[in-house]
Amino acid sequence: MIFLVAAISILITMCLALIRAMLGPTVFDRVLALNMFGTKTVLLICAICFLTERTDFLDLALLYSLMNFIGMVALLRFSHYTALDKEVSQ
Amino acid sequence: MILTILTVVSWVLILSGAFFSIIGGIGIVRFPEFFSRLHGGGITDTMGAALIVLGLICLSPSILVAIKLMMILFFLLVTSPSSCHALSNSALAQGYWPELDNTGKSKNK
Repeated sequence: MIFLVAAISILITMCLALIRAMLGPTVFDRVLALNMFGTKTVLLICAICFLTERTDFLDLALLYSLMNFIGMVALLRFSHYTALDKEVSQ
Repeated sequence: MILTILTVVSWVLILSGAFFSIIGGIGIVRFPEFFSRLHGGGITDTMGAALIVLGLICLSPSILVAIKLMMILFFLLVTSPSSCHALSNSALAQGYWPELDNTGKSKNK
């Protein structure tokens, strides 16, 4: 029951992050929403692992938390050296 | 007795984690500009995630699951604030400045 509450609240937060990722005026808003979405994915995998009583899903959550950080740093280094945003490219 | 206490503690932790998570989600949608949205994102990444994972640790069926959850918590608490810092650093380096800044400093100093 409590795991269902946690999963539903995490899903609501993921929807709000997706709204910001669609609306976001700058590329950094989208990257922030992407980072938040990745963290919430890790939490959702943990909650689903307890919900379905399959504890081997936790390895996936561990892997995903590391992958999220690597992808985030790669995207930021890319946006540091080549301008993703038209407004700041000059 | 101990099981009941653990269940109640985990309910409180998971419910407050869910509360902070939704609060941060509302913040990331409704805050006016990027640097204040960073605050909403930071709350869900640290407070919400840590409280939910701590609540799950209280209900974990075996010690291995608890150790894995602690590793997940450690990685989340290390990587989320540092990626938040890298994001704001990159935004400052590209020329963005907080629009709500009222400390008198300007972008060009």
